[in-house]
Amino acid sequence: MTPLASYLVVAALLFAIGLAGALTRRNAILVLIGIELMLNAANLNLIAFWRYGPNPEALTGMMFAIFSIAVAAAEAAVGLGLVIAIYRSTNTTDLDQINRMKG
Amino acid sequence: MSIAFYPLALLTLAGGLAAVTLKNTVHCALALTVAFAGLALLFLTLDAQFAGFAQILVYVGAVAILVVFAILLTRGHEIPVDGVFSKTWIVGLIIAAGVFAVLGWAVLASGNALPNASATPAVTVHDIGDALVGRYVLPLEIVALLLTAATIGAVMVALHEKGGVKQ
Repeated sequence: MTPLASYLVVAALLFAIGLAGALTRRNAILVLIGIELMLNAANLNLIAFWRYGPNPEALTGMMFAIFSIAVAAAEAAVGLGLVIAIYRSTNTTDLDQINRMKG
Repeated sequence: MSIAFYPLALLTLAGGLAAVTLKNTVHCALALTVAFAGLALLFLTLDAQFAGFAQILVYVGAVAILVVFAILLTRGHEIPVDGVFSKTWIVGLIIAAGVFAVLGWAVLASGNALPNASATPAVTVHDIGDALVGRYVLPLEIVALLLTAATIGAVMVALHEKGGVKQ
């Protein structure tokens, strides 16, 4: 297996772990943690392709990863703010109990 | 590929797995920090020093602290009596396994078609700074605006109470 392939497999495994966490946990904060893990797996892919791809001096993959880190930070701030707002109005962060809009 | 890859990959995956499976939410946040630090070290093995240190600053320094604050503010550290996994957890697990199967198949099937440049890229932080204020200056400004809007938005959302904005 080439070095790039091993990094990609690790990133795929991390993405699957994050997806499983986001889909199976009941606590809204743990769902956000799963989403963060998925974003980080994508960043690892970007950096690995930048390192082993042709013409790394163009910095394209590196820039994509840096901007992705910044956007993920904004996403975490807004997401956790929303969880706190939901907790204030429903007194729970259990996603199975937040079913007010269920038909 | 350096010999450090295998222990670092193991550390990152173990941290990620612990972060989504542990019962106590505070322990999950600590495991998440381990996963973030492992990823930063993986970036360093890929000769991406700037991204590695940005990862430590942003994720280990800020996002992990934010997660711990959110857990403590929402009493998330109390372990629920009826389990931590959703009622439909088996469906989520099947979807995640399917996604991993497809991704793993795609990576392994591409084999030698993947690029394999072995020379260390001659890129310094100076070059990254030049690119950020040169070719990528518009995305940089947009990210600055996004971060400002997100900070104000997060404060407004978290401040809002039923009877109006809290004074």
